[in-house]
Amino acid sequence: MILDVQGLGFSYNSHPVLDGVTFQVKPGELTAILGPNGVGKTTLLKCINAIHSPSGGAVLVEGRNVLRMRPKDIALNIGYVAQRSETARFTVFDAVLMGRKPRITWRVSNEDLKITESALRRLGLDKLALRFIDQLSGGELQKVAVARALVQEPRLLLLDEPTSSLDLKNQMDILRMIRRVVDEHRIGAVMTMHDLNTALRFAHRFLFLRQGKIHAAGRVSSVTPDMVHEVYGLPVEVCTVQGHPVVVPLA
Amino acid sequence: MHFADGVIPEEYRRYTSLKAGFVAALLVALAGCLVVSISLGAADIPLLDVARSLLGLSESQRFDIIIWNIRLPQALASIAAGAGLAVAGVVMQSILRNPLGAPITLGISHAAAFGAAFSVMVLGSGVMASSNVGAVTITSPVMTTGSAFVFTVLTSGLIVLVSRARGATPEAMVLTGVALNALFTAGTMFLQFFADDMQLAAMVFWTFGDTARASWSELGLIAGVTVVASAYFLMNGWNYNAMDAGDETAKGLGVRVERVRIVGMLVASLLTAVIISFLGIIGFVGLVVPHMVRWLIGSDHRFLLPASILGGGVLLLVADTAARLMLAPHVLPVSVLTAFTGAPVFIALIIKGKRI
Repeated sequence: MILDVQGLGFSYNSHPVLDGVTFQVKPGELTAILGPNGVGKTTLLKCINAIHSPSGGAVLVEGRNVLRMRPKDIALNIGYVAQRSETARFTVFDAVLMGRKPRITWRVSNEDLKITESALRRLGLDKLALRFIDQLSGGELQKVAVARALVQEPRLLLLDEPTSSLDLKNQMDILRMIRRVVDEHRIGAVMTMHDLNTALRFAHRFLFLRQGKIHAAGRVSSVTPDMVHEVYGLPVEVCTVQGHPVVVPLA
Repeated sequence: MHFADGVIPEEYRRYTSLKAGFVAALLVALAGCLVVSISLGAADIPLLDVARSLLGLSESQRFDIIIWNIRLPQALASIAAGAGLAVAGVVMQSILRNPLGAPITLGISHAAAFGAAFSVMVLGSGVMASSNVGAVTITSPVMTTGSAFVFTVLTSGLIVLVSRARGATPEAMVLTGVALNALFTAGTMFLQFFADDMQLAAMVFWTFGDTARASWSELGLIAGVTVVASAYFLMNGWNYNAMDAGDETAKGLGVRVERVRIVGMLVASLLTAVIISFLGIIGFVGLVVPHMVRWLIGSDHRFLLPASILGGGVLLLVADTAARLMLAPHVLPVSVLTAFTGAPVFIALIIKGKRI
């Protein structure tokens, strides 16, 4: 088991946001966290990564309690792609190389440079290697953030809306890449997402959050119209197109 | 994960060597400027004699006295102060995620001015006429400096305390700094309003940053603090890089963001406090040098920090030498010159650079 979340709770100013969230992620599994705006999807990711301190429960990554780990140890095990990343005058190469930070003590090794180059090439960023990131488009910047998390070589990848600012082709490219990394390297991944159809196409499992609790969870093939209706308050039909479940709103 | 098929891109290697070369060039420029600066002045000293005297091989006692008692301490004070103010500026701008992060915009400089004015007026470190330094002098520089230092430390402490209560966010730090800036400006004006002519002159005189004020022992202190603080900043270069990508990304990379921000702010403030308390207010170096260097070689702190340290030293040394020579026999306060040249440069950078 890569990730084991046990009865996780989180309160913001004594207002409960998450309550008793329990789920597991196995090696080679991509889980999509779904639910309406403000339901606590991002908060859940931040609790897993110990950016937020949960008010109860435990988060185990490969059996180790994240809350008892030093920040550097967490970074060696968990890669995190934040919803928003800031720009500054860094080259694309340096911005991705930063993902090696948990492993760099003082000098950058040749291995660090090679891994960074390889990740850039896989995400099609190699042509932009020496471009400053404050000159990139939103989509390119998003790819940089994903590449940075990949060069961390984590066992668990957390992605907060990884495709929010991408066009259709870039969405497909980046999720295909993430899915391939998960499949090939048997790591675990958890992503939050608003686009149900994209999520259901690339994830192995889904998890619907509603009022801070897990409302439904399972393999993506088991999504039902009722689940979506109950979570989003909207009647839908779930069809199958080319073997993938597709949610179509009825109203 | 297997990214084993990577190769080290030659282009990137060239790019980093170029940046390393820039830092090395600044070091050479600094050494060159130091010798030239020492040779120039009311009595011109040939460059060869400057070199001889610095190496302890001098044959002229007169040159030795001018160099070791007057020009060298002033030149070294300029270098140390320029380096310290510039590196403090880099760190403040980075950890506050604000291009305006600098001692002068965060109230630290104005707190020093208030401290000095307070000392002149209330503690009576007083004034008297003196013919040799432009008619005004401060009778107790130790008390004035001490008072300025206390107020700068109080200010930085307050900025850190208030921002801690708000989760050490950059916004909280900047806004507290702006509020304190206004407070101390008003406080200084209040004191100036009730000051007599001589006290007023002393207060204003103190605020003119002047690198000639430092004696060898004070210079040692300024240089020591600059070296220790710079070493701390250099060690945290990767942390500042990560924080430039956003707090959450930095946390995901294992950076203790709040701690790095608070300690960085504290060290940068103390460094500035020491420099300003001894030399007076020297504006714009801490603001302009980091932006110039960033514009030239980017924000990677592995290069930005050393380049700003050296660049700050070069800039203030050149400005100080120019200030000594421009209106000779009068000596212009270097702070006037840095602001005069700094402001247009800054505006040019805003227009040219896509993003400051």
